[in-house]
Amino acid sequence: MSELTKLTIAEARDKLRKKDISATELTQAFVDAIDAANPSINAYVLPTPERALAQAKESDQRLKSGEARPLEGLPLGNKDLFCTVGVRTTACSKILDAFTPSYESTVGANLWNAGAVMLGKLNCDEFAMGSSNETSAFGPVVSPWRRNGKDGKPTADKLVPGGSSGGSSAAVAAGLCLAATATDTGGSIRQPAALTGTVGIKPTYGRCSRWGIVAFASSLDQAGPIAKTVRDAAIMLRAMASHDPKDSTSVETPVPDYEAALAQGIKGLRVGVPKEYRVEGMSKEIDKLWQDGIAWLKAAGATIHDISLPHTKYALPAYYIVAPAEASSNLARYDGVRYGLRVPGKDLIDTYENSRAAGFGKEVRRRILVGTYVLSAGYYDAYYLKAQKVRTLIKRDFDDAWKSVDLVLTPTTPSPAFAFGEKSGDPLAMYLEDIFTVTVNMAGLPGISVPAGLSAEGTPLGLQLIGKPFDEATLFRAAQAIEDAAGRFTVENRWWAADSAKPAAAKADTGNKKTKTGSKSK
Amino acid sequence: MRVDETTVRRIARLARIKISDEEAKGLEAELSGILNWVEQLDQVDTAAVEPMTRVVPIDLKRRTDVVTDGDIADDIVKNAPMVEDHFFVVPKVVE
Repeated sequence: MSELTKLTIAEARDKLRKKDISATELTQAFVDAIDAANPSINAYVLPTPERALAQAKESDQRLKSGEARPLEGLPLGNKDLFCTVGVRTTACSKILDAFTPSYESTVGANLWNAGAVMLGKLNCDEFAMGSSNETSAFGPVVSPWRRNGKDGKPTADKLVPGGSSGGSSAAVAAGLCLAATATDTGGSIRQPAALTGTVGIKPTYGRCSRWGIVAFASSLDQAGPIAKTVRDAAIMLRAMASHDPKDSTSVETPVPDYEAALAQGIKGLRVGVPKEYRVEGMSKEIDKLWQDGIAWLKAAGATIHDISLPHTKYALPAYYIVAPAEASSNLARYDGVRYGLRVPGKDLIDTYENSRAAGFGKEVRRRILVGTYVLSAGYYDAYYLKAQKVRTLIKRDFDDAWKSVDLVLTPTTPSPAFAFGEKSGDPLAMYLEDIFTVTVNMAGLPGISVPAGLSAEGTPLGLQLIGKPFDEATLFRAAQAIEDAAGRFTVENRWWAADSAKPAAAKADTGNKKTKTGSKSK
Repeated sequence: MRVDETTVRRIARLARIKISDEEAKGLEAELSGILNWVEQLDQVDTAAVEPMTRVVPIDLKRRTDVVTDGDIADDIVKNAPMVEDHFFVVPKVVE
């Protein structure tokens, strides 16, 4: 594989500016990498190489004439939840069929206007409902990571890349884009980032425009990036975020230079450690990871404080009322009339029912039905209103915490990546994947997942930092401190290369590597 | 809360999703399981709590009530499964 696909955004940006490489060369390297890896990994549901190379050509002209924009010539992947003008957008559902928008999402437009190159549309769970990318109508994404067996040798088990942004996390981890867009309703950026050794940030609700993003649960959905490093995530978020009159919940507040904030360090920052996240049956390795994080932040100059967020355990059940309720309402628009799949019936209602039965997958149907039930006559107060009240209490917990701390440190997930099918039989077991991430959506706060270690199986684990509203800058500073201490975690066993290429000689040493890179000061 | 088959069929009808007999049986158990699990919220005293309506305390922006968009009928019908001129075509609804 090309060394170019191993670059970070910051490194690629410098090489482009110095004319060490051209945008076309860089884009071609990714186009080739996608060709070779996608049959094995299935991260892209629609690669767009022609468009990418056309954008790269324009970038090369701008780089040449000194008119380079902030992300000039940097190839990115775009989750298939973001509408793309003239490019099929499906939310990885059959019901959208070959839907081709005549408009671009605001976040996407911000990236392309900043000079970024779109490599294609990335796989995800259907309508972003899932934690393993197994609900996609295009089939699951295979994580580039492989776990070791009890004997310490790599197994061939197909692991999930997390979800719903599993195409985004897998593509970034496998070097199939420099970074990717993603969305997070209950953990869909942070959980896949944690399971693939990548950095993912869900910004404050209102930081990024939701316009042109296929809606799941409107009061919880937020866009954000998945990237290789904290610095790259900072560069991405600054470009993605904006105030947008087309989204009335987008907030008119300046977007800081997050990358510049990284140099500030964390001396004197007060970090809260919530006792309620020490859940029953938490594995020793997750606990150790958490303790490592505490020690690293302390060593970097932060102070550590025990805090309490008493309503934490109610966040997940409240989420599984609010999110399906909003989804059942949002997904009512898929009626087989104005766009997408139609399965004719004997009359109009029969046509609706046939189209929706054939177009929605099992998990989506399940959530629409739960949502319809909790919103139905006689049940609204008992379920939806109750959940919204609990949500007020969850937010109040954090408001109280902010009186004594600047951010909160927790694990991102309760366990490392699992294999296909291990959790898909039981919806509740899958829902528990979001136990540490969902509170952040319920309270509208920013949260970032940073790679912090490897499990006993040799697969990545992440730590989560939660911040005050619109204080993503502090999250990036603390995340940088963790990355500096923990190093980066990259996939060394590129098994898919052997899958796609000629019968290559199997490599003897296939272990995953931890590299200490430290922060690059500019 | 135990959801019976009649209820499953009623909400499937409300949601306009056709379900088979076999699916209805499976959904009875699945929906009951999920609803039982969310009922742990009853342990929380919310008598004096306001429901959350927005996570960020901002006022909704208002704009002048003028036309800002339009003349895009071609775009709007472009993705429809059945179209005549600028109309969506559906099965007959009035006899």
